[in-house]
Amino acid sequence: MKTITINETWCKKCGICAAFCPKKVFDRDEDGKPLAVRPEDCIGCRLCEMRCPDFAVTVEG
Amino acid sequence: MIKDYLFEEKLPLFWCAGCGNGIVLQAILRNIDKRGFTRENIVITTGIGCWGKADDYVTTNSFHGTHGRALPFSTGIKLANPSLNVFTLMGDGDGITIGGNHLIHAARRNVDLVAIMVNNLNYGMTGGQYSGTTPKHAITKTSPYGHVENGFDVCKVVQAAGAPFVARGTVYDVVQLDRLISKAIDHKGFSFVEVISPCPTHFGRSNKLGDAPKMMQWIKDNTISREKAAGMTSDELQGKFVTGIFEEREQEDYSTAYQKVIDSLRGGENE
Repeated sequence: MKTITINETWCKKCGICAAFCPKKVFDRDEDGKPLAVRPEDCIGCRLCEMRCPDFAVTVEG
Repeated sequence: MIKDYLFEEKLPLFWCAGCGNGIVLQAILRNIDKRGFTRENIVITTGIGCWGKADDYVTTNSFHGTHGRALPFSTGIKLANPSLNVFTLMGDGDGITIGGNHLIHAARRNVDLVAIMVNNLNYGMTGGQYSGTTPKHAITKTSPYGHVENGFDVCKVVQAAGAPFVARGTVYDVVQLDRLISKAIDHKGFSFVEVISPCPTHFGRSNKLGDAPKMMQWIKDNTISREKAAGMTSDELQGKFVTGIFEEREQEDYSTAYQKVIDSLRGGENE
């Protein structure tokens, strides 16, 4: 299973990672913070990492 | 690791939530990392504007110049030391509006560098005034009733000025963006990549385009490949972002041509 890490200090909660994940791995909390709640669905395309404007998302594994 | 080229101590980035600049910076650093460039054999030059802050976040050599003048500084750097890999980062305000004259002449001279112009369709840093790329009818702080001018098709301008590599991508299609930057690095000569990018804070808000994901979707919905656009009329292409490679040809670059003159005046002593 992939490990998706979000650097909460760098993340600005823009929502791009969650909106465009092809497998809907992320939910957002009431503040808009992305949460990788379904990592088992992650296919490792890394689009969330590449589209993160803040270097805040890392996909490993 | 791309983070070897990133000044992590300076993060979080200065840019607004959902600004595309960080996506472009990441794509550049990813390509730099793949090439195995060292921090010492690269120079990243910038001008002024939001994107002009990019050099603050890199551990490579960098040069932060004056507004619109990143390319003249880059030309000087390349002329003094042609072995350096020069990346020139400009916004639309910096690159084609304030610095439009420098852009066409650097393209005409065919200075061997990678020029990446992030186009967010307005002057972001100063509060969202219209720039040379703001589309007709768009609302900005200085066109509150709709812009009466046409925006530049920057790729056409740079192509007409003589650049041997010209391409346009978007921050939505990061895979294509990666490939375009990679090709620009490989291409000898003036290699120009325009990147369409959202400014949710100003352009997005003024034109009621919504938040960052909605602006990304707006870019996606209005993007058309060069191949598909070839069969469309100019009316149909109004407000669309045509992406792909528009020019890709071999042409002797400025430093090589200049070196030939130096060698010939030395009476062939280096031959």
